[in-house]
Amino acid sequence: MRIERRLRQPWWLTVVVPVLSIAVAFILSAFVLLLTGHPPLRSFHRLFDAAFTGNGALSETIVSATPLIFTGLAAAVAFRMNLFNIGGEGQLFAGAITGTTVGLLLADSPSPLIFAAMIAAGAAGGALLAAIPGILRAFFSTNEIITSLMLNYVVALVLEYLIFDSHSYLRDTSGFEASVFPQGKTLPEEATWSSWTIHGVVLPLGFVLAIAVAVLVWVLYSRTRFGFEVQVIGDSPRAGRYAGMRTRRKIVAVMCLSGAIAGLGGASQTGDFRHQLDPRGLRAANYGYTGIVVAALARYNPFAVVLVALLLGGLQNAGFTLQGADFPAGLVGVMQGLILFCALGGELFVRYRVRFAW
Amino acid sequence: MVHQHFRLVSPFTVAENVVLGDHRGVGRSFVVRPRAIEARVEELSHRYGLAVAPRARIWQLSVGEQQRVEILKALYQDARILILDEPTAVLTPQEAGALFETIRAMAADGRTIIFISHKLHEVMAVADRVTVLRRGQSVATVPAAGATPRSLASLMVGHEIEAGRRQDGGSEPGAAVLELEEVWADGDRGVAALRDVSLTVCAGEIVGVAGVAGNGQRELAETIVGMRPATAGKVRVGGRGVRNGDPRAAIGAGVAYVPEDRLGTGVAPGLSVASNVVLKAYRKPQVSLGPMLRMRRIRELAERVIERYDVRTSGPNVPAWQLSGGNLQKVVLAREFSGEPVALVAAAPTRGLDVAGIETVHSYLRDAAARGVAVLLISEDLDEILMLADRIAVMYEGAIAGERDARVATVEEIGLLMAGGD
Repeated sequence: MRIERRLRQPWWLTVVVPVLSIAVAFILSAFVLLLTGHPPLRSFHRLFDAAFTGNGALSETIVSATPLIFTGLAAAVAFRMNLFNIGGEGQLFAGAITGTTVGLLLADSPSPLIFAAMIAAGAAGGALLAAIPGILRAFFSTNEIITSLMLNYVVALVLEYLIFDSHSYLRDTSGFEASVFPQGKTLPEEATWSSWTIHGVVLPLGFVLAIAVAVLVWVLYSRTRFGFEVQVIGDSPRAGRYAGMRTRRKIVAVMCLSGAIAGLGGASQTGDFRHQLDPRGLRAANYGYTGIVVAALARYNPFAVVLVALLLGGLQNAGFTLQGADFPAGLVGVMQGLILFCALGGELFVRYRVRFAW
Repeated sequence: MVHQHFRLVSPFTVAENVVLGDHRGVGRSFVVRPRAIEARVEELSHRYGLAVAPRARIWQLSVGEQQRVEILKALYQDARILILDEPTAVLTPQEAGALFETIRAMAADGRTIIFISHKLHEVMAVADRVTVLRRGQSVATVPAAGATPRSLASLMVGHEIEAGRRQDGGSEPGAAVLELEEVWADGDRGVAALRDVSLTVCAGEIVGVAGVAGNGQRELAETIVGMRPATAGKVRVGGRGVRNGDPRAAIGAGVAYVPEDRLGTGVAPGLSVASNVVLKAYRKPQVSLGPMLRMRRIRELAERVIERYDVRTSGPNVPAWQLSGGNLQKVVLAREFSGEPVALVAAAPTRGLDVAGIETVHSYLRDAAARGVAVLLISEDLDEILMLADRIAVMYEGAIAGERDARVATVEEIGLLMAGGD
């Protein structure tokens, strides 16, 4: 048996392979379900119901998916240029910190102004943090994987410090309860991001923003000079230099763009859902790292990022809903793992083919 | 075999590297005991004058010392025949002198040494017999004692095919377009690869740069096009200085470049043919509108190029790496010419092409010169240079060893310059 690189990749492979991969994942999951004494078909039905079709399920799924779209896009934007920004996690935290701060500061302003300022501040916070590994990489050839990853821990600790270990502006110090159980200051009503309800499905502003960013990223990368340069440098930095592209600037710009998108996700977390800086919740969610998986599964395609984020968000959400005496949470985790495993494994068949020869 | 590029594990010690290839002695056991061979390494290095500390780590050693480790590896296994592939390319003159001592000591010991070199004086200094290879064929084997640089040089370049020589007198060259003034530049290893190079190419003129590979030709091309910063001197195009080390400035000044390393530099191999056609032109208004690209124009441009330059491919969306060498070169040439350059630097433009491809490339270069482009043709193929060039500059060890009028220069004369004789 030999594995060889495909000379041409028919376009349909990129559709058929992921679909088959997910099918295989479900077949494998069915075995696991059978072994643990759960009827597979009924379980799948319940799962799907809890993720998408059930009462309010889709709205919940969108809540889980929104941050993953942001972090997934953030990763995809950088990975396209072979720039491995693993710092989506920290950049999201940074965006949450700056976004929340601005939201609290502008408490008495009209809502649209607060939203715009929070969005801008979130993006700026993420971008500034990502600029550090970007500049180090561009001008000192430092490995951006390490530096961006390390910054995640730094920002996570800053996040904890702001709420648990200091009397910062962001901490709620109003009452007795708040001093015993430290928590962030709650944003005023005006700073709660709008949402729209269409056919019973709640679309938060952050989700709409995430879709808009996906469209923008697609346009940027396939229709603009900037995107063209990113593609060339990602494929061959030497060819980029040969063509007179400013490689270093582009590295910094792409890192900042990536960080800004992750930062938007952070601002959306407080603006849309949490309404206060919530270190424990943000850290437990692992949005940044899951975003890397989302980007990889989506093969860095911005639209696919949205779909994959919805799928993973749905699974996560179904896990919360189903877990109980008759359905252990671990089972949903097993299924998530199987889907990831099969999807990433299936990638091999898009790029390579297996030949049997004996 | 001592390779030109060393095969050493840099975090390991000298002794550990030596034991790596040992499948018979101490290296056979599962437990590695490099200490056991340190004494032997010490003895060998002493005997052949290969001074190197057995416990030093490879990354701590100079290039010359690393080469000694390579030789020690061969000696440790008691090699009877040693092949040294351009061993002096990376050495300082002092180190080269020491290496020659070692080679003689090894020969005196009854070992056979095959010493591969481009440099005539080295061959004459160290060898007993000299075999000259030309285009994969052994041309002659002569005793070194009876050879002169002149006789070896003429064997190296062979006799010219008179029919191939450029017949027309060439058009009268116009004004100076590409000018280099006392240019110095460093090579990848940080030592000077260009030494005080001054060169002028006029409009409508083809200047051939001849020389044995690795004498600074690549660095010359890269310095002109801004991919390698000059450490001293000036490059001027059309009388105006070009910003040093800035490829975009060179492109803006009208310098086109056909790089020697097609797949690694000349194209982005993973991107489509269409993208590679506009690799430089994507900034120009013909294919872009502000920050946006005009995708239809790009496609049309690519289709035109494919048709006009007869690129054999199934379409503009095929990734460039799938193209054959000749077709890839057509894409590169098409792109470089479409920028309407005033000067063209072509490095080994026909390497790896078939006869038809070579013919095509040659005709494009002639056409370019006829249109008034100043062409600098860098090639290791002397026949090619004689066929195309008006003037020939010979590079040796980073400097211009001499310039000759292509119509009257003899092959022997140029061969001698290439080999560092005078």
